[in-house]
Amino acid sequence: MKKFAFAPLLLAALFTFANTTASFAKELVVYSARNEQLIKPLFDAYTKETGVPFKFITDKEGPLLERLKAEGANTPADLLITVDAGNLWAAANEGLLQPVQSKDLEANVPPFLRDANNQWFGLSLRARTIVYSPERVKPEELSTYEALGDAKWKGRLILRTSKKVYNQSLVAMMIAEHGEAKTEQVVRSWVANLAAAPASNDNGVMESIAAGQGDVGVVNTYYFGRLLQEKPELKGKLALYWPNQKVEKSGVHVNVSGAGVTKHAKNKEGAVKFLEWLSSDKAQNIFADANLEYPVNPKVKAHADVAAWGEFKKSPFNLTQAGSLQGAAIKLMDRSGYR
Amino acid sequence: MPLPAIETNLAPEKAPQPGAFSALLRRDFYSGWRLVILAVAAMVLAPLSVVFLSWRAPATEIWRHLADTLLVDLLLNTFWLVTGVSLGTLILGVSLAWLTAVCDFPGRKLFSWALLLPLAVPTYVLAFVSLGLLDFAGPVQSALRAWFGSSSWFPDVRSTPGVVTVMTLALYPYVYLLTRNAFQTQGKRMLEAAESLGCSPWRAFFLVVLPMARPWIAGGVLLVIMEALADFGAVSIFNFDTFTTAIYKAWFGFFSLAAAAQLASGLVLIVFVIIAGEQWLRRRQRFTAARLSASSERLQLRGAARWGAFAYALGVLTVAFLVPLLQLTAWTLKSFHREFDSRYLDLLMRSLGLALSAALLVTLIALVLAYAKRRHPDRLTGALVRTANLGYALPGTVLAVGIVIPIAAIDNTLIAWGKNWFGLELGLMLQGTVAIMLIAYLVRFMAAGFKPIDGAMHRVTPSIDEAARLLGLRGVKLLARIHLPMLRGGVLTAATLVFVDVMKEMPITLMTRPFGWDTFAVKIFELTSEGEWERAALPALTILLAGLVPIVLLMRHTEK
Repeated sequence: MKKFAFAPLLLAALFTFANTTASFAKELVVYSARNEQLIKPLFDAYTKETGVPFKFITDKEGPLLERLKAEGANTPADLLITVDAGNLWAAANEGLLQPVQSKDLEANVPPFLRDANNQWFGLSLRARTIVYSPERVKPEELSTYEALGDAKWKGRLILRTSKKVYNQSLVAMMIAEHGEAKTEQVVRSWVANLAAAPASNDNGVMESIAAGQGDVGVVNTYYFGRLLQEKPELKGKLALYWPNQKVEKSGVHVNVSGAGVTKHAKNKEGAVKFLEWLSSDKAQNIFADANLEYPVNPKVKAHADVAAWGEFKKSPFNLTQAGSLQGAAIKLMDRSGYR
Repeated sequence: MPLPAIETNLAPEKAPQPGAFSALLRRDFYSGWRLVILAVAAMVLAPLSVVFLSWRAPATEIWRHLADTLLVDLLLNTFWLVTGVSLGTLILGVSLAWLTAVCDFPGRKLFSWALLLPLAVPTYVLAFVSLGLLDFAGPVQSALRAWFGSSSWFPDVRSTPGVVTVMTLALYPYVYLLTRNAFQTQGKRMLEAAESLGCSPWRAFFLVVLPMARPWIAGGVLLVIMEALADFGAVSIFNFDTFTTAIYKAWFGFFSLAAAAQLASGLVLIVFVIIAGEQWLRRRQRFTAARLSASSERLQLRGAARWGAFAYALGVLTVAFLVPLLQLTAWTLKSFHREFDSRYLDLLMRSLGLALSAALLVTLIALVLAYAKRRHPDRLTGALVRTANLGYALPGTVLAVGIVIPIAAIDNTLIAWGKNWFGLELGLMLQGTVAIMLIAYLVRFMAAGFKPIDGAMHRVTPSIDEAARLLGLRGVKLLARIHLPMLRGGVLTAATLVFVDVMKEMPITLMTRPFGWDTFAVKIFELTSEGEWERAALPALTILLAGLVPIVLLMRHTEK
């Protein structure tokens, strides 16, 4: 009777696993909260150019961060891609990312769109701005986000739910600019002006305005672009306005979709190279145009449809702060009755 | 509610069992059947303990903030949601089950299976479609404004009644399916006996028929309650604050998984109390049927009642199924050229393969659980079985994390061992394997598999087991040769529920799938998370159509 069969078998099995890990050393493993349809074209283009193969998984930010945390040093992930600076900040804050020194990245990504310690980098820019009905509102009547709380907008304002991180970041920016007390006043005045209960998405905000339920609202520009592509009949019923242009140290609230190298990346070098490529003019247009966003790299021009909305001054608000103030922003909105 | 017709049907009092949990220490407790229960309960306990262990560090600050601002509102909202949806599904489910199982009216045969179809419509899809149609900017109110100049009298859809209605329409099939099964296996003898004793048909319905169907009705409503408590998709589309939205806010907004888990532990407790309470209320009742015969003669509805029943069934079917189907079809036609590509077949095979394997696995385990519970009617076994069913009550994402954390811990330990003992560099071995995925589905959908089978098991009189044992049939043989044929309806129901649930499931699929293993649910997630609902119509429609297959099969096998 041979009774030793088990141990060598187990060993052999373990070796197979070990080998599999080794032979794919060059591939990049990505955890992404940015959707597949927006990132897959980039992976494909990079693979074509460099031969680096990709493995990736998509999920919401929260579960991805918990997964990274639980896997610890053994995580297969080299790179984390998410939308919204708050999530990137949380990842850095939890110690899930590592600092990256790269001249290319520092040159391509402006400082306020990346982490102070270079743990993450914004890769596309999303502007959250005012949308209005040109039939019922003259652009001269508009000025700032804060002014949407003026009495003249009573029963005319449409907002998206405060549970969406985009609004949380916007309010976080206002807290950084004005402090909590003033911001709470503004948010309360918004709530008092609401024409309807907050919508669950930006499209809902715009459709309500187009249908005449309200006259002004706040949305991300790419939703505006996409909606008009899908429903050209809404042209003339909706228009964008760039607020806070004349206010010093302020401007249009921008956020990013970005990425960072994971703390325990097995292929750090490859991950950094890919990040550099993503911030370069070769990739910036694929990254941003797929979703009608703006490139972060100042040397790269936005998609023609996007550029047609006009130039605007961005708020210099450092996005690292958006994350650290997010909790305060949510509490403030809860207190103000902004649902 | 103790009712006279039932009290005559009491089970003999069980012998008192002092110190139920000391049974764990006795060797004879670990018989084969109980081992399966223990294993499943352990698997469910892993994520539950992640949830409850979060109390080691209470998130005091977030709790205080919630208490100051939202807590009262969201508790009230949750209460009205659960109460409304359980009442609504109870009324819709039971009445429709009665009409199609026992009565006869035009179109009954068609309705009897068609009324199940809404099961294949994910709640979030129904929510999105109905809000899109009925909201201020939607076609209905727009048309009203075009005709009458104003639609301000139109009820606000984004309200408690609005959410309750949508969820009732999406979830009533659970009650309908299980209750129908009960009515079909009930036989007419009891009803005839009641009528011969002078009961009017209505009185008999409430005094005899309903109480005899109670485990099924309760099982169905319980599934509905758990679904409603754990739902995130539909309530967030309506921007309706519930316990679940608070859980997500704590996690994604305040980045505190601990606070989220602590809130979730509240949900688990509520469900545990409801399950235990329901079982305690009917602890001494039996629900066996003397003969498992479908009623041969149907109650013929007459006159207005015939067409009333027809219009009622058609109305429910239209709003819960036909309207979303049409809307999805319209969107699919618009987006088909963009969304359909060669990977579609892969998505289909994977979705079907996963749903099918999960349905088989869960049904098999549920069968074993139901049998073990029958063989060992002690309190500890009962508690373990209840525990095994709790996975359905947690919001999917919380459960998904609860599964990944222990799995990752095991993986990390294995890797450490490999390194220390054999000097090997290993990768993750469990995480991202199909096996873990299936176990996660088992933990999540145990209740959906167990309730129908357990209900069906109630119909089998214990004397059948005794007779079989006298003839030398025991264990697996008894289960396979005597019970299984009698449980066919329940088993098929269980498999259908799990199949359809897995097809629709998002968070666990997202979290545990191997690299590249996308399914239709994943596809829907990808598209809807950036608001591209119309492009998500093709995968949603496919899920819906794939869900029809088991439903039609089920009906062909249980329908006479």
